[in-house]
Amino acid sequence: MDQQFIIYKTVLALSIMLISLLVAMYSTLAERKLAAFFQDRLGPDRAGPFGLLQPLADGVKLFFKEEFMPASANKFLYILGPSITMLVALLTSAVIPWGDSLTINGQTYRVQVADVNIGILYVFAVVSVGVYGIMIGGWASNNKYALLGAIRAASQMISYELAMGLSIIAVIMMSGTLSLQEIVDQQKGFNWNVWYQPLGFIIFLICALAECNRAPFDLPECETELVGGYHTEYSSMKLGFYLFAEYINMFISAAIISALYFGGYHFPFEDSLGLSANMLTIVGMVVFFIKITFFGFVFMWIRWTLPRFRYDQLMGLGWKKLIPLAIFNMVITGLIVRLLN
Amino acid sequence: MKVYLFYFLCILALYSALMVVISRKPVHNVLYLTLAMFCIAGHYILLNAQFLAVVHIIVYAGAIMVLFLFTVMLLNLNNESEFRKPALVQLGAVVAGGLLMLTLVGVLKQTDMVMTTDPTTTQIGLVKNLGKVLYNDFLLPFEVSSILFLSAMVGAVLLGKKD
Repeated sequence: MDQQFIIYKTVLALSIMLISLLVAMYSTLAERKLAAFFQDRLGPDRAGPFGLLQPLADGVKLFFKEEFMPASANKFLYILGPSITMLVALLTSAVIPWGDSLTINGQTYRVQVADVNIGILYVFAVVSVGVYGIMIGGWASNNKYALLGAIRAASQMISYELAMGLSIIAVIMMSGTLSLQEIVDQQKGFNWNVWYQPLGFIIFLICALAECNRAPFDLPECETELVGGYHTEYSSMKLGFYLFAEYINMFISAAIISALYFGGYHFPFEDSLGLSANMLTIVGMVVFFIKITFFGFVFMWIRWTLPRFRYDQLMGLGWKKLIPLAIFNMVITGLIVRLLN
Repeated sequence: MKVYLFYFLCILALYSALMVVISRKPVHNVLYLTLAMFCIAGHYILLNAQFLAVVHIIVYAGAIMVLFLFTVMLLNLNNESEFRKPALVQLGAVVAGGLLMLTLVGVLKQTDMVMTTDPTTTQIGLVKNLGKVLYNDFLLPFEVSSILFLSAMVGAVLLGKKD
C-alpha cells in the first residue's frame, strides 16, 4: 500500500510538472495568437496547422542560440538567477488541489500532491521567494539596465505582496482554514467565494498580475526605458527560462484564483448529474482546467488592452489604494464573520 | 532518514552562517544569510512546525532579506569601497565576540538536555495550537509587540518624510 502511495504521488507530481510545462509552452502560442487577434493580424501560422508547432520551433531556436555570458558577470550567480526563477515557478503547483479523490484498486487518493495544513501560506512563501531569481540575475549581469530592472521588480513585488496577503486573509477568515483543499471544498456547487469577496477578488487579481510582472505591471522589463530589464544580458535558454517561468507563474496564478474564489474543481449541479465518484472527479478536473484557461485568457486580454503604468502610479496604486482597500475588506469581513457566528 | 536530513541542514546552516562572516562581498553575505534562513526553516519542518517554517520564510527570506539585498544592490557596495577598521577596533571586536561565545557555551553546558516532548509527534507548531497559545496565554505580550511594530512603522514614515 505504502509503495503504491509513493508511486501514485510520484506519477502525480511528475505529470503536474509536465502539464505545467506543456501549458506554458502553448500559452506562448495562445498569447501570440490573441495579440494578433486584438491587433487585427493573423499571428504565427507557418509551423504546422494553425501554427500549432510554433512553440516547438521557438524552443528549438532558444536551445540552439549562442550562449553568451558577459565577461564581467558573476558566473555562478548569473546561472543561479534563471534556475531559481524556474524552480520557484514549478514549486507552487504542489499544494494546488487539481481535483477531488480518485479510487484506484480500492485505495482512495486525492488529486493533490501534498495537502499540508498551511497550503495557502506555502503558496505565499514560494511567491515571496520568487523575487530572488530576478534580483540575482539582474545584479549578476553587471549591467545598469539589468540592475534597474531587478530593483524595480523587487520593489514592485514587495509592494503588491502586502495587498495580496491582506486579500487572502479575508478568504482565510471566512473559511477558517489554511488548507487549499478545504477552502475549495467549502465552495461546493455554486457557493463560490467570489460572491462573498468581490473586492478581495479584484485586489487579488490585480496583485497576481503585478506578481507575474505582466502588463500593465511589466515595468521590470519595460522595453522603452530599460532595453530588456533584468534579462537584458541573457540569451539562449537562460532567457528562455525567464520567459517560460512567467508563463508557468501565470498558469499557477490562474489556478490559485480559480481555487480561492471560483470553487476550484466544483461546479453547479454536480450532485444531480448522477456520475460515479471517479467520473465526477475527472469532470471536475476538466472544469478546473476550463476555469484556469479562462483566467489565463483574462491575463492576456489585460496585457493587450491596457497601456503600461508609470512607475510612480504603480507604487501609488499599490500602497495608497490597494492596501487601504484590502485592510477595509479585511475589517468588514471580520465584522460580518463575527456577527453571523 | 530524518537524522541525515538534520545533519545535512546543520552543516549547511553552519557553513552559510560562517560564510556570512567570512565572505568579503556584501551581496554574497546577504545571499548566504538567506540560505541560513532556509536551513532554519528546514529545521522547523523537521520539528513538525510547518506554520513557523513558512512564516519564517515569508518574513525573513521573503521580506527582510529582500530588503537587505535591495539596499546592498542599490548602494552598489563592492570590494573597493569597503572601509577598513583600525587594528585596535578589530582586536576589540574579536575579544568581545570570543567572550560572548564563552558565555553562551557556559550557559549551554549547564542546561540539561531534556527532551520534554517528542518533536515528531508534538502538534505545538501547527497553526491551530500556536494560535490558541498566542491568543490565550500570551495575549498581552503579543499585543504589546504589535504596538512596538506599529511605532517602528510610524517612526520610519516620519524619518522618510523629513527631508
